[in-house]
Amino acid sequence: MMKTNIAPVIFRKIQQNVIQERFFAGLNAMLLPIIGILIFIALWAAVAKNIDTSLGEFPGPTQVWEQSFILVNEHKAQHEKAEAFYERLEKRNAKRVAEDPDYVPTLKIFTGAPTFFDQIWTSLYTVAVGFFVASIIAVPLGILCGLSKGTYAAINPLIQLFKPVSPLAWLPLVTMVVSAVYVSDDPMFSKSFITSAVTVSLCCLWPTLINTAVGVSSIDKDLINVSKVLRLNAFKHVLKIVLPSSIPAIFTGLRLSLGIGWMVLIAAEMLAQNPGLGKFVWDEFQNGSSESLARIMVAVLTIGVIGFILDRLMLSVQRHVSWDKSVSLR
Amino acid sequence: MTKPIQNKTSGQQRHLELSDVGIDFPTAKGPFCALKNVNLKISKGEFISLIGHSGCGKSTVLNIVAGLYQATTGGVILDNAEVNEPGPERAVVFQNHSLLPWLSVYKNVELAVKQTRNGRSRAEMKAWVEHNLALVHMTHAADKLPSELSGGMKQRVGIARALSMQPKVLLMDEPFGALDALTRAHLQDSVMEIHASLGNTVIMITHDVDEAVLLSNRIVMMTNGPAATIGEILDVDLERPRNRLAMTDNLKYNQYRHAVLTFLYEKQNKIQTVSRVKADIAQSKKKSSSAA
Ligand SMILES: Nc1ncnc2c1ncn2[C@@H]1O[C@H](COP(=O)(O)OP(=O)(O)OP(=O)(O)O)[C@@H](O)[C@H]1O
Ligand SMILES: [Mg+2]
Repeated sequence: MMKTNIAPVIFRKIQQNVIQERFFAGLNAMLLPIIGILIFIALWAAVAKNIDTSLGEFPGPTQVWEQSFILVNEHKAQHEKAEAFYERLEKRNAKRVAEDPDYVPTLKIFTGAPTFFDQIWTSLYTVAVGFFVASIIAVPLGILCGLSKGTYAAINPLIQLFKPVSPLAWLPLVTMVVSAVYVSDDPMFSKSFITSAVTVSLCCLWPTLINTAVGVSSIDKDLINVSKVLRLNAFKHVLKIVLPSSIPAIFTGLRLSLGIGWMVLIAAEMLAQNPGLGKFVWDEFQNGSSESLARIMVAVLTIGVIGFILDRLMLSVQRHVSWDKSVSLR
Repeated sequence: MTKPIQNKTSGQQRHLELSDVGIDFPTAKGPFCALKNVNLKISKGEFISLIGHSGCGKSTVLNIVAGLYQATTGGVILDNAEVNEPGPERAVVFQNHSLLPWLSVYKNVELAVKQTRNGRSRAEMKAWVEHNLALVHMTHAADKLPSELSGGMKQRVGIARALSMQPKVLLMDEPFGALDALTRAHLQDSVMEIHASLGNTVIMITHDVDEAVLLSNRIVMMTNGPAATIGEILDVDLERPRNRLAMTDNLKYNQYRHAVLTFLYEKQNKIQTVSRVKADIAQSKKKSSSAA
């Protein structure tokens, strides 16, 4: 009698536990992050009121929120100005051509100050180019280091030496070298862009290089034996065995590199006064109006959000190319 | 103590020959002699089992034949050519399958087929991949990834991949070691079937006495290392096809079994008595506690 009664009770108990567990899992996934953010905003608002700077009170969430809209409007206004400028230019040129068929219309470029969003775009573009250049150097070199102990032994001291160097130490050198070497009458890229991109590249190299080398040198020995028995040539060996098995390691390196590159870029832009988000921050700081701090805070948050999005982007690329979908990617 | 090596095949044409094979591994404490004076002649189509205690050097022998290790002394000759590098004519079935985890079953076999093309056209290659998958009864899982297969299925694919290279010699390192008894029996039957129809020369490492007697023409028993060598060779003179159920009552079968067991557990006994193991544990505990 007892026995028949216990079973369903236990079962119900288990079922209850499962439901509870699911509930808490859902809670963890959704609610806790929101709570975290809310607590942060509350603390921020409370603390900000009590900090007085020479530029007035430290901006709280409300001021920052307002400034972000102002920045959007400024961008729109600038955009409209530019459109109007080009419209006028076109009309004038058309008129001139009508009067004198031999007239070659001059191409003028609107030279308004770049808005916050222009600066975001410049930074994104710069970091993408710098990161791309670093990656196409670091991945093959890392594979070479992983495959050949000799190459690794030769390159390792250089890696160890340059890895800890702060990008800002490179910056003056890079600036001077770019000015000296990159001379052209009609430059495709501006010098400031090249300087920023090269600085980013120099710092993006190392994590990718090291992680790739480690990934390649720790390939399962059995798989290497398979390759030997099949007599895969060097190219096929890399393509069929080495690359697929070291993809996770390569992407770990790439994600680290992109994160570092993004941080480095902002600092480099501030220091070198190169266009981009860093310059925006620096200009606002020099500007020193009562809104400056709020505008800088908008930039800080934007930098964070973009860094986060870049990382997620890399993650989804990794998910896409990696064969091992079961591994949890963080 | 060891019986002189019987040389039943001396009259036949030489196919695969290990002569005076020895190997020293470089270690921190100087060279470690794992194998010494390994002599073995194998004729075409023979099924050879290597049996011996763990760590005696069976895998090392196999790796030398495969060309993955270089013998320090002596050498291996296959069809009058010295073996000095790995190649598809000596295909290996690895203990833990070693399928490329990012390729489907079909693609895994296809990679081997493409490498050993033998002048096949595209369509012929496709047919050959499918033929080899059918041989191990894996056609139904052709599009699955290795991670989606059971252990036995992976091992089947490993065998299909090796067979698809049309090797002169098939080398198998404990191919069924990680499988349960039922799956193992199943795969043994498959291997017997394939061996009967293709007639490959096979060298298989095993820890399983029944497996060795059931499958082999000859069982090569190795002495314990270091400097391990061939202790005895047992000719298994049983009619093929062999049926595992019929074998249990077969007098000869049981005698062979007995001979191998005698070699392993009397002549090359390595088993520690329980009291000895306990003493060892007690001592190591004392050491670690005094270190702490
Ligand atoms: N690359 C190596 N370097 C140094 N020593 C090695 C190397 N490979 C094998 N050995 C040593 O050679 C001996 C034989 O090893 P081997 O792997 O051939 O044994 P085995 O008979 O296959 O054992 P098991 O049945 O456990 O697989 C062992 O003592 C091992 O430590
Ligand atoms: Mg072994």
